[in-house]
Amino acid sequence: MAALSIYALTGAALVGLGFFGLLAARHLLRRVVAFNLIGSGLFLYFGAAATRGAAPDPVPQALIITGIVVALAASALAVALVVAQVRAAGRATLPEEEDAP
Amino acid sequence: MSALLACLVLPLLGALAAVALPRRAVAAVLAGVVALTLVAAVGLAVAVHSGGVVRLALGGWSPPLGIALAADGLGAAFVLLTALVMAGVAAAARDEMTPQGAGPRAAFGFWPLMLLLWGALNAVFLSRDLFNLYVGIELLTLAAVALVAIGGRAEAIAAAMRYLIFALAGSLLYLAGVVLIYGAHGTLDIDLVAARDAAAPDGLALALMTAGLLVKTALFPFHVWLPPAHASAPAPASALLSALVPKASFVILLRLWFEAMPDLGTDRALLLLGVLGAAAILWGSLRALVQARLKLIVAYSTVAQLGYLFLVFPLAGGAAGAQPWTAGAWTGAIFQALSHGLAKAAMFLAAGLFMAAAGSDRLGALRGLARVMPMTAFAFALASVTLISLPPSGGFTAKYLLMTSSFAAGQWIWALVMTLGGLLTAGYLYRPMAALFAREGGEGVQTVARARQAVPLVLAGLAILLGILSAAPFDFLQIGRPEAAEEGP
Amino acid sequence: MTAALGLALDAALCALILGVALAVVAGRGVFRAVVFFIVYGLLAAVAWVRLDAVNVALAEAAIGAGLTGVLLLAAHGRLRRAEAAQDLAHGMPWSAALAGGALAAALGWAWFEMPIPVEPGPELAEALPRAGVGNPVTAVLLNFRAWDTLLESIVLLAALIGVWMLAREGDWREPLGRPQHARPGGVMAGFGRVLPPVGLLVGVWLVWAGADHPGGAFQGGTVLAAVGLVAVLAGVIRPPWIGAPLWQGALVLGPAVFLLAGIAGAVLAGGFLTLPEGFAKPAIVTIEVALTVSIAVTLAFLVLGPPEAEGAG
Repeated sequence: MAALSIYALTGAALVGLGFFGLLAARHLLRRVVAFNLIGSGLFLYFGAAATRGAAPDPVPQALIITGIVVALAASALAVALVVAQVRAAGRATLPEEEDAP
Repeated sequence: MSALLACLVLPLLGALAAVALPRRAVAAVLAGVVALTLVAAVGLAVAVHSGGVVRLALGGWSPPLGIALAADGLGAAFVLLTALVMAGVAAAARDEMTPQGAGPRAAFGFWPLMLLLWGALNAVFLSRDLFNLYVGIELLTLAAVALVAIGGRAEAIAAAMRYLIFALAGSLLYLAGVVLIYGAHGTLDIDLVAARDAAAPDGLALALMTAGLLVKTALFPFHVWLPPAHASAPAPASALLSALVPKASFVILLRLWFEAMPDLGTDRALLLLGVLGAAAILWGSLRALVQARLKLIVAYSTVAQLGYLFLVFPLAGGAAGAQPWTAGAWTGAIFQALSHGLAKAAMFLAAGLFMAAAGSDRLGALRGLARVMPMTAFAFALASVTLISLPPSGGFTAKYLLMTSSFAAGQWIWALVMTLGGLLTAGYLYRPMAALFAREGGEGVQTVARARQAVPLVLAGLAILLGILSAAPFDFLQIGRPEAAEEGP
Repeated sequence: MTAALGLALDAALCALILGVALAVVAGRGVFRAVVFFIVYGLLAAVAWVRLDAVNVALAEAAIGAGLTGVLLLAAHGRLRRAEAAQDLAHGMPWSAALAGGALAAALGWAWFEMPIPVEPGPELAEALPRAGVGNPVTAVLLNFRAWDTLLESIVLLAALIGVWMLAREGDWREPLGRPQHARPGGVMAGFGRVLPPVGLLVGVWLVWAGADHPGGAFQGGTVLAAVGLVAVLAGVIRPPWIGAPLWQGALVLGPAVFLLAGIAGAVLAGGFLTLPEGFAKPAIVTIEVALTVSIAVTLAFLVLGPPEAEGAG
């Protein structure tokens, strides 16, 4: 259980770190990387939670694999958008939000 | 059951066909898929109307092992709305999204993306499994972002990028809540979650899922991604994005707060959702008032109109669950979602036709268009009637139900906000209307085929019809509603 | 290995993971962030092995670190001109730090408050022998929760169409990706001839073994995609055009077979996606093979990117 707590808390910290990166980073590629950190940390947390019972539960493992593939699909689209954004606007950042309340 | 299955499978099969088949075959397949799915959606609504909730355990495995689907009044109504809007958009885009009309890139991508969006929406409206809903909204998000990117210009790409960042952050917050639910209860099924033994992290799980879904529904103050995204996509795509996509995350919110975890709906949390909704109504309307381009006005109007949906939480959620006015508030919010869907699709399609005719959607360029395109201008006006909530439109019924509930509940402040919102709506729609119906202008514009002009008119007409025939849909929307059974008229 | 040693190993691994993640988020330079992210993915795969989740470890290494890393590196290579853009907002973004910190703290708190559930233990143990495959993760992915997996394979397709929508109008009829030029007789060309047969074997093995051992369509498909990409880089295979019938067919084969099998279940076995007990194994293997083909082609196309003309910026 102690080992599981280590992994779960690492996962929680990764989620926080990734979320910080997603909000704070300006370079779009960095934001894509941060998004992947959040997902990966969340899965680690989930994996640790699934190993607590008497027998390991395969359902979370399957969900995590699904989640990893979905994250890859989203990352691929995001990365292609970054490249297109640089090509169209010449910079790898988004124009500042004009409508922030 | 077969109608439910057809609603799920047909759009996805159609999307695969649209990718794999040669161009000439795609048009025929497309017409067939749209027609059949529309029939299936009607069939599903009829089945729910006559026999109550339609349930399906996928693969023959019942929860917690497998994934359950169910079509209740709420789900079936949104499946039907989706089918109507999709059919309209398909008809309107048939001549536009061709290699000659929009270029080979857009002509290739639009159709499979539209069908993927359709399949994802139906999957979300019918699923009873929290993780399956996650996969569904991810499919929805990627298809929606790709539809924005079809726009092609720099502003469309930046809008798509911002949309994706917000949507992915929202997805992960939602997923974090799902992880906490499964970690504590070992199930993802909404009905089993409703029957769970409460655990300490449940509140956090609901908060995380809600936060994520609010971002995806573009509720104030998470709305900043929506106007540029909806304004820079091609008009048929904008119609789908504005009319349907935010409704998917809203339906999941309803399922969470009313079906899975109604016990956690504290007054303060419900009030917060209502306040954000009210802020969205006012802020979105004010922003719409100062825009110079028609598509941006219509997009900010979506931000405002989505705000009305969230009044359902303080009026019908939590301890208010079994009060006499909750059925009205619940139905009013869903009526609002349905009539806004129809009217907004009509508005964006009309805006697309105005742009095709005038070459721009700046208000100055639209002057006098009503004389050249009376049918489209009339459709725009009819859709405006629904958004301003004048009788006898569906929007009127929606706001009437919400207002009477807020008086009955003693929460008259929401009625005040809605009145103010109605006035502001009239204000921001007056400007494009004044331009369209101006006495001068309208010379030298491109002509638009009558058949294309008919589509927005039909959709706007359906939004009015929803108000005229409001009695039957009212009963329909109660089917499968958690408290509906133990409640008086 | 004693418990104490194991615990020390876990703690060291997690400290390393966190250190690398910190370098990803806060380090200078986007290139370094990407490289550290790949290192991070490999360490995370080790963590999954420690958690007894070899299926996930394979997926994390192949997809999370490998393919995502390749995507990010390839994109970075094309962004050099924009490198001057600032990485992080000016100063310390306190609101972002607060949000991230609160999220981490909330999840940490929830960990200690979370009860251990009883479900779905008994139902799962009872159903597994009827699932048709010995690997419980594969049973969940392709039988119990097949609808998730079906939608997920379509998510990949949606992403690919989205990537293609980012092609420039004039480039639509060009081959996928940037034009590749491998020197004949160079290292890449040699590599490209030796690696594919080996990788092909590994990929096929992962799919085949996935029925009863760790592995499966997604892990195997990723390896096959990598094989294809190396072959393209080496000039052994030329990337196709959008609309080439055979390739478009390969893209949709997996989801199509999966959907049709699901419909067959509805017609013959009484329910959508129902696999009758005697047919479960052959049905799952058929679906997995078809899925692998589509996953491999889709992933490879995702990495290649939208079609681009020679000499385009």
